[in-house]
Amino acid sequence: MHSREKEPFVRIKRRDNIPLMQCIFIWAAAIALSLVVCALFIFAVTHSNPGAVYRSLVDGAIGTGRRTWNTVRDTSILLATALAITPAFKMRFWNIGAEGQILVGGIATAAVMRYWGGNVPTFVLFAAMVIVSILAGLIWGLIPAFFKAHWNTNETLFTLMMNYIAIQLTAFFSIVWEAKKGSGTIGTINQKTQAGWISTSFLPDVFGKFNYSINVIIVLAITIFMYIYLKYTKHGYEISVVGQSENTARYAGIHVKTVILRTMALSGAICGFTGFLLVSGSSHTISTSTAGGRGFTAITVSWLSKFNPFVMILISFFLVFMGNGSTQIASEFQLNESASEVITGIILFFILGSEFFINYKLVFRKGGKEETA
Amino acid sequence: MSEYAIELKGISKYFGVRAANEDVDLNVKKGEILALLGENGSGKTTLMNILSGIYYPDAGHIYVDGQEVNIASPKDAYHLGIGMIHQHFKLVDIFTAAENIILGLEDGQRVINMKDVNAEIHKLMDRYGFDLDLGKKVYDMSVSEKQTVEIIKMLFRGAQVLILDEPTAVLTPQETDHLFEVLRNMKADGKGIIIITHKLHEVLAISDRVSILRKGHYIGTVNTAEATETGLTEMMVGEKVVLDIDRTDPVDPKKCLEIRNLTCLNQYGVKALDDVSFTAMSGEILGIAGIAGSGQKELLEAIAGLQAGTGSILFTDPETGDTEELLGKDPLKIKQMGVSLAFVPEDRLGMGLVGNMGMPGNMMIRSYRNGRGRLLEQAPPRNLSEDIKDRLEVVTPGINYPVRRLSGGNVQKVLVGREIALAPKLLLTAYAVRGLDINTSYTIYNLLNEQKQKGVAVIFVGEDLDVLLELCDRILVLCQGRVSGIVDARTAKKEEIGLLMTRHGAEPALEAQAGQETGKEVQDA
Repeated sequence: MHSREKEPFVRIKRRDNIPLMQCIFIWAAAIALSLVVCALFIFAVTHSNPGAVYRSLVDGAIGTGRRTWNTVRDTSILLATALAITPAFKMRFWNIGAEGQILVGGIATAAVMRYWGGNVPTFVLFAAMVIVSILAGLIWGLIPAFFKAHWNTNETLFTLMMNYIAIQLTAFFSIVWEAKKGSGTIGTINQKTQAGWISTSFLPDVFGKFNYSINVIIVLAITIFMYIYLKYTKHGYEISVVGQSENTARYAGIHVKTVILRTMALSGAICGFTGFLLVSGSSHTISTSTAGGRGFTAITVSWLSKFNPFVMILISFFLVFMGNGSTQIASEFQLNESASEVITGIILFFILGSEFFINYKLVFRKGGKEETA
Repeated sequence: MSEYAIELKGISKYFGVRAANEDVDLNVKKGEILALLGENGSGKTTLMNILSGIYYPDAGHIYVDGQEVNIASPKDAYHLGIGMIHQHFKLVDIFTAAENIILGLEDGQRVINMKDVNAEIHKLMDRYGFDLDLGKKVYDMSVSEKQTVEIIKMLFRGAQVLILDEPTAVLTPQETDHLFEVLRNMKADGKGIIIITHKLHEVLAISDRVSILRKGHYIGTVNTAEATETGLTEMMVGEKVVLDIDRTDPVDPKKCLEIRNLTCLNQYGVKALDDVSFTAMSGEILGIAGIAGSGQKELLEAIAGLQAGTGSILFTDPETGDTEELLGKDPLKIKQMGVSLAFVPEDRLGMGLVGNMGMPGNMMIRSYRNGRGRLLEQAPPRNLSEDIKDRLEVVTPGINYPVRRLSGGNVQKVLVGREIALAPKLLLTAYAVRGLDINTSYTIYNLLNEQKQKGVAVIFVGEDLDVLLELCDRILVLCQGRVSGIVDARTAKKEEIGLLMTRHGAEPALEAQAGQETGKEVQDA
């Protein structure tokens, strides 16, 4: 009656389970391939030896003590952002508004620094900065969560739009607080007194010399907290159930609305706190580029590490390493900033693309023999 | 030209080893309304999905207007003039009626002149007697209006054969009358119409012939003029099959659950349960029979605190005699009141379990609040998982293996095992053996019987009448959200239940009598 459709040359089949070794192999292959493609790109534009270029990449990221510390600093901020969005993502609440939540936290911190710096005791100043930055981020995260919980609005668009409001707010305060008339930038806040700057000079040894050691310690503490929170607490369990199936959550007597609100409050609060770390702990100023796209890069970090906080340390270090290293390539070989972005882009493309081969396998037709690509 | 609009010969369709259709013959003449009748899972929808190109048959021949055809996709069905109106409408909410009707038309024109289109649709509507505002947006429409849009859409595309899957399930009696009027006009125009329905009185009212399917097999076709309700029911349910399920007499039954005048609305705002009253006793299994979608889901969910409604659901602890109102409370509240209630829902992985978690994670669905402080208890769920795995012989590579990767029977063992571990006073189960093999089914029957002997009130929503008749003590029959009867499972006949399932508007006498019997039992106890 009918001729059976010819089996296609290659079929895509979902993998049920993948051994860890195979997973690592796929990742390694992706990174190796991306380095080859980057080498081709670099050779095409610079005609120099890719080996030398890669040396300068490593040099740029960890070549000197200062560069290494910068890489560590950027890693800790990216890691903090990734940790912040992870509970929301685990709940399948696509919080792509980390950028905005960081910025409002930063604005709040900057405001306290500007108005209270030098007027109140240091302890009160820091307590105020921490509290208002957390509150600002929390509110920024709660707004979309409230609408999602009550009217099932689309959180992806909502959190995205909240980013633009936060960016405009930052631009507004840049003008209100501008250092020199007409400059439109704030400049370094409390340059002379350094009031409200996180200072590490009181710490012993290497911690004291490195300006960002407190940032790093706090973020590592958040990492451990998040690992325990997601895996071993009742709240963490509720987040998993709500993320997997709202019906099951209702069946289990979980108040889905409460969980959405609570989780987004936490997510926003950590983002706001990250804003505090950025302003008080490293940049000492605020501008529309303070968050610097980390709110979006953090999504990559969170996903690639399958929501495991400890794996996030590695992934965020890798991404920052590549980013900082390629900036060095750009300057050393007289390429502009875009060149480093192209290189980071190529590498990300291969890493994200490798996810496909981790989740699916290609089955070729030949004689029923299943080959894996 | 053939007398038949459509002929099916020897159609078979297998899902795995299970035959959804086996050697089914069916034909519809032009200008005829054919009713397709069968219990749940008798293969009606599979057969119609084959006709509309959603499934491809494993064997058999299809003829349209005398020509053998190959329907490989819904597009093929559309080109052959076969239009299916599904139970769940497939319309674009923010489009108007007219926009939905012309959506996806392939007439090669790039510019749409809505005025011409409207005029054309109006011509069609006048011809068959439809009544519809073409400019109305779908989201403003009632269910009946949406259905009208679907039917016009099919006619506008030149459908010669229309398949309607339970079209009256969502309609009021007045709307049903109007639909039948339209169907008769279409029949007079020479269209072939297949209507899937469970309501025997509608079958008798509208169809010319009735074809009956049972468990995937074609049973026969009768002329409606010569058919009776009893005759059709017998063809539909078949001979009684002996299953040998152990059944003990209830020991010391006491009132455990009393439902009074329960009315619930479903998601479309239609009454899913209408003034339901009954009593469930401890130490007995109360079966609930009914065509799929007669309100079983809403009934169990209302008891479990997942469905709002009006009326009263009173739970009485058979030991202490304490009585609590369950309606209007959520599952957590019910649990906090100390009501020991277990619920095996129909959607095992979508409601009862979390597919991506292993057994311990799924045990925690009931127990994660245990233990002081904010941290989860780790050992008890693990121990319970090991215990269930050993006792119910769950086949799994390890307790941490995600339950969604287990076979259906093992998934159900995990779910039932967890619920029974709650040591409930009231156990609700929905389609507890659906899709399970014989051995696992008997494991489940035994578990339910054990619970009954422990004095638990078991409510068993089932679809297989043979099972209901052998497992349960009493059977409550739902029809269209109403209680159409409560019968003694030891003496009831299969046809009797079949009739109650399809009888629209129960005879009050039967209900009252059953209620009195229950009342007497309570007094005796």
